[in-house]
Amino acid sequence: MDKLSLNQRAALLSIVMLVVGLLVWELSIPAQKAVGELTEYERLTGGGAPKAGVPPPSQVLAKAWEQLSNPFYDAGPNDKGIGIQIGYSIYRVLTGYLMAALVAIPLGFLIGMSPVAYRALNPFIQVLRPISPLAWMPLALFIIQDSEASAIFVIFICSIWPMLINTAFGVAGVRKDWVNVARTHELGPLKTAFTVILPAAAPTIVTGMRISIGIAWLVIVAAEMLVGGTGIGYYVWNEWNNLDLTSVIFSILMIGVVGMLLDAAFGQLQRAVAYAE
Amino acid sequence: MSKSFLSIENLTQRYPDGQGGELTVFENASFTVEEGEFVCILGHSGCGKSTIMNILAGLAEPTSGAVIMDGQEVSGPSLDRGVVFQNYSLLPWLSTLANVTFGVAARHPKWSRAEVREHSLKYLEMVGLKGDVVHRKPSQLSGGMRQRVSIARAFANHPKLLLLDEPFGALDALTRGTIQDELLKIWRGSNQTVFMITHDIDEAILLADRILLMTNGPYARVAESVEITIPRPRNRTAIVEHPNYYAIRNHLVQFLGIRSRELAGQPADGGMQRPARVHIDLTAEGEAEEAEPEPSGARTPPALRAVNI
Repeated sequence: MDKLSLNQRAALLSIVMLVVGLLVWELSIPAQKAVGELTEYERLTGGGAPKAGVPPPSQVLAKAWEQLSNPFYDAGPNDKGIGIQIGYSIYRVLTGYLMAALVAIPLGFLIGMSPVAYRALNPFIQVLRPISPLAWMPLALFIIQDSEASAIFVIFICSIWPMLINTAFGVAGVRKDWVNVARTHELGPLKTAFTVILPAAAPTIVTGMRISIGIAWLVIVAAEMLVGGTGIGYYVWNEWNNLDLTSVIFSILMIGVVGMLLDAAFGQLQRAVAYAE
Repeated sequence: MSKSFLSIENLTQRYPDGQGGELTVFENASFTVEEGEFVCILGHSGCGKSTIMNILAGLAEPTSGAVIMDGQEVSGPSLDRGVVFQNYSLLPWLSTLANVTFGVAARHPKWSRAEVREHSLKYLEMVGLKGDVVHRKPSQLSGGMRQRVSIARAFANHPKLLLLDEPFGALDALTRGTIQDELLKIWRGSNQTVFMITHDIDEAILLADRILLMTNGPYARVAESVEITIPRPRNRTAIVEHPNYYAIRNHLVQFLGIRSRELAGQPADGGMQRPARVHIDLTAEGEAEEAEPEPSGARTPPALRAVNI
């Protein structure tokens, strides 16, 4: 064991835990009756549905293999591949998120630079920030009259706050010395903002962006359960209505994987803008 | 006095003291600096040296008074006044080279990238930084190297006035010595006017043409202007042999140890506070020390006395 690096040992332990966990899960589920053993009544009511239990991991893996080997099939409104569903969700998250970034980062800059703007906007931020994004949904549906756009609006409203607050915080905290360097080099306000304040505040801003994308991905699932139609949230809810727990578990895992990838992308961005003092 | 390159006139700085009153840091401070001169200002902490520096840099506004450089009143920061800050003030996300090109590109917006780069590399080499080092980030450099970058950035811009705010304060004594030598070397070829704050008497004698002595605050003032009568080029090991070295050093130590306190806390009563000129030269025949107060209405410093050597 001594020859393995720390990472190798950790990876080994992860695999052991995964295998043990799956085994325990598999073994704890009583075997389902085969179709041939069902009574006529059971067959008519959907294969012993009242006793339908949590599926074993082998079934989930089989489902995953089936779905992932053809992720983009489209067989009507209620039967689309997992790739299409996730694609819709990512499209909504990114649209709402980008709109939020376009508002939050410039506004955060303004608040960070100007104590007056900070004090003037602070009460609004403090009241609006703790509102659950889904609470906006009825109002959004009424005003926008479009479920798709309402879901995007909900993403917009939930991603805006961490970015806004972190940008303001980062900009306000830029070391005075660096601003003085810009001043003694006669840089104009725009040049100072882009060449000194933005890189100085970038780590804090990107941290806010990373928190926001995490929240947006959490919220899109709930929002899509409400608005329906397409998306991974709708898919989970639809499979629940179909009582297809295998698909539910599979899509839960997919939500986790996509969330992890989104976070990892922002982790990379964070490393790119980080600097040591 | 308006013929001087840099003229500080009746500079006063007051702050509210937090209890409804006012704290006068310095009042009616007036002195001049000639073109190409290297002037150090010595004084205890809290006497307002850094405030004077910030006013000269245009980063702070005095309560009253004026700074006139090259016939124009200073207002706001300018590329004509380069600053080397005590904490280096390098931008940590830029490489060493980019920290210098940042300044050069601001000074010469019309230069091509190659010109900016070449000019920057030349100045980095002058302070002993070349090769791979210029691509490192400031966090990967030692304190001494960082301050070298900061000095290169300032000199590369050829400001009319170079302001050094305790540039070696955070460095260990050995590093300080080498960088002082490098500063002297780079300054010698440049005819650059330098105004520098320091706490270090030996550093001031080594570097300066003239040392301004400040009394303690509040109501601090620039009490004396001591000429350093040691010929250049100077060398840290050789200057201690010069007969004037210890005479000047003793005078400075006396001032900082005793008279900076005795002279403190005296309001100016509206008079212009010009420093008394002190000329100590044991190599010359005749008087060992002469102290001539400036003429034309300048107030005679109350406690200036001849120091017996």
